[in-house]
Amino acid sequence: MWQRSLLFRLIESDKTGRWVLAVIAVFAVLIPFLNLVVPQGSFFHVPTYVVTLLGKYLCYALLALALDLVWGYCGILSLGHGAFFALGGYAMGMYLMRQIGDRGVYGNPELPDFMVFLNWDALPWYWLGFDHFSWTLLMIVLVPGLLAFVFGWLAFRSRVTGVYLSIITQALTYALMQAFFLNDFGFGGNNGLTDFKDILGFDIQADTTRAALFFISAMVLLFTYLLCRFITLSKFGRVLVAIRDSESRARFLGYRVEHYKLLVFVGSAVIAGIAGALFVPQVGIINPGEFNPVNSIEIVIWVALGGRGTLYGAIVGALIVNYSKTFFTGIIPEMWLFALGGIFVVSTIYANRGVIIGLVLGVFVLNFSAPLLIGTLLGQFLLLAKFFTIVFISAVYFEKLFIKFKHVVLPLLSSLRHKKPEADAAS
Amino acid sequence: MTISTDAYTSILYLNGVTKSFDGFKAINNLSIDIAAGELCAIIGPNGAGKSTMMDIITGKTKPDQGEVRFKDNIDLTRYDEADIANLGIGRKFQKPTVIESLSIWQNVDLALAGGRGIWQTMFAKLSAEDKNKIERILDLIGLSAKRDELAMNLSHGQKQWLEIGMLIIQEPEVLLVDEPAGGMTDVETMATARLLKEISADHSVVVVEHDMEFVRALDCRVTVLHEGSVLAEGSLEKVSADERVVEVYLGR
Repeated sequence: MWQRSLLFRLIESDKTGRWVLAVIAVFAVLIPFLNLVVPQGSFFHVPTYVVTLLGKYLCYALLALALDLVWGYCGILSLGHGAFFALGGYAMGMYLMRQIGDRGVYGNPELPDFMVFLNWDALPWYWLGFDHFSWTLLMIVLVPGLLAFVFGWLAFRSRVTGVYLSIITQALTYALMQAFFLNDFGFGGNNGLTDFKDILGFDIQADTTRAALFFISAMVLLFTYLLCRFITLSKFGRVLVAIRDSESRARFLGYRVEHYKLLVFVGSAVIAGIAGALFVPQVGIINPGEFNPVNSIEIVIWVALGGRGTLYGAIVGALIVNYSKTFFTGIIPEMWLFALGGIFVVSTIYANRGVIIGLVLGVFVLNFSAPLLIGTLLGQFLLLAKFFTIVFISAVYFEKLFIKFKHVVLPLLSSLRHKKPEADAAS
Repeated sequence: MTISTDAYTSILYLNGVTKSFDGFKAINNLSIDIAAGELCAIIGPNGAGKSTMMDIITGKTKPDQGEVRFKDNIDLTRYDEADIANLGIGRKFQKPTVIESLSIWQNVDLALAGGRGIWQTMFAKLSAEDKNKIERILDLIGLSAKRDELAMNLSHGQKQWLEIGMLIIQEPEVLLVDEPAGGMTDVETMATARLLKEISADHSVVVVEHDMEFVRALDCRVTVLHEGSVLAEGSLEKVSADERVVEVYLGR
């Protein structure tokens, strides 16, 4: 008989997730192969910039997975997950900065360029240890995890929930952004950390390094997916759902809600941190912009679009939105925000799994068929035209209404107020 | 599972409990003593403080003053909801509260007495004995055939029963049941009364209820609450004969 191994148990009931996993696994091998082995100029050759781009998407998918775990399963709508991502990224960035050594512009063997520029004479204490990769790995996990622990401990113990929690997570990432913008904070200020040279002794620009980073990102994503699957399939996962659906019921059943929330929040923050750490060597920069609250909200859109509480939906949502973003910002940059808004509206209206298939088809259509592309764009244009017409008409209408109110209704009201006694007197 | 009544005499003991919200005294010098193994009903008009009393016993609300004791000497005011649930006090809410997006089986499984810690649930496995327990509860509440359906697809009455089933499998020593017959047909109401009487054979049960027919069917000691304190106590016949009770219920 079939041996019911753990892996089998995890994907047995996950029909869509299986496919998503399979596609990622195939791409994890295929893309580096097409990049490294297939000669340049061949039709099948994948250029390195595409490998990097796809690697970036995978990091976003990992980040979306992290959010789906807390939001989709436990109902904690974190609008600050970008902060954990950025912190993981900064930890990796600090290691990469130390790897530069004396190859910086100023050639200082001890200090990164930005510190030389600020006339600092010694490395701040919190930069110590980042020469070692093992220390960096520890920090990638520890810094986001610790922040999530302290933040979560305070918030969940005080029973801050719902929209209030969302707002303070947003404040958290905003505060961190402001702090990281400061030069004196010691993380490169506005410019952040960049100009990386090596990672573990390998040239960070080399095709092989890029391909390896892509492969590692895909593997981490697959492993994390299975881990999340294990968590959500266990009784622990059902307690999370219980907390999401009815927090007080979970409490009166005897579950320590704050412990559950704290563990899943910290775990999710660590995943987000790892995603950030994989992201930075691929894009080659980390700056305070990553803490921008808008980024965190975008993560929510990815998950909402793919379908929350499904795990694979988070991955698909992140991949599709980011691919579309690249696509739209490439050909019609000014349309991107409209497209994003449109996607969000569509996913809200058809909030089920069908939307994924529709969007996948849509993306294929956009990509591979010029007439259909034009048709779709025309459709989009007509929709937008309709939208703007409605906005325009309503704007005009409301303006008229306002003018009418100001010039007709208000004087009428005041005249009525003044005339009323006379009318009374007359009668 | 039987309760040894010789170890302690009262399962729940409230003495001089007062709780006010913005100056309004929801509970005013309330004293109630519920004997171990007893089935009793608490009735009273809207705003009499029934739900606040439940909140105080289960740790959701802290009283301003007064004693709340479980099994003679456990001071409940020092614990929170999860602790109190694990001490052995189960609560059914007025509005049926089940986990909507889990199946009926999973709901009962969540309530199953056992480890509540994060690592215990992460690696929890159902033993054959546990499965039997769940089966028995599903039979008792008549939802065996629907075990794999999501709780959100149940009718109001079925949700009430599921919640009662979850309460029983939690193996508490005392069950606090808030309006179990709410939204039920007459037949269901009577069946619920029978179920609660059955449960009371080996648990202490406190029922808060509006429905007089239901209370009559329970055939137990009745405590009438009014404006946050006890107005009358005794059999249903005795309290319904009380003029003050009639006045409170029928208006002045």
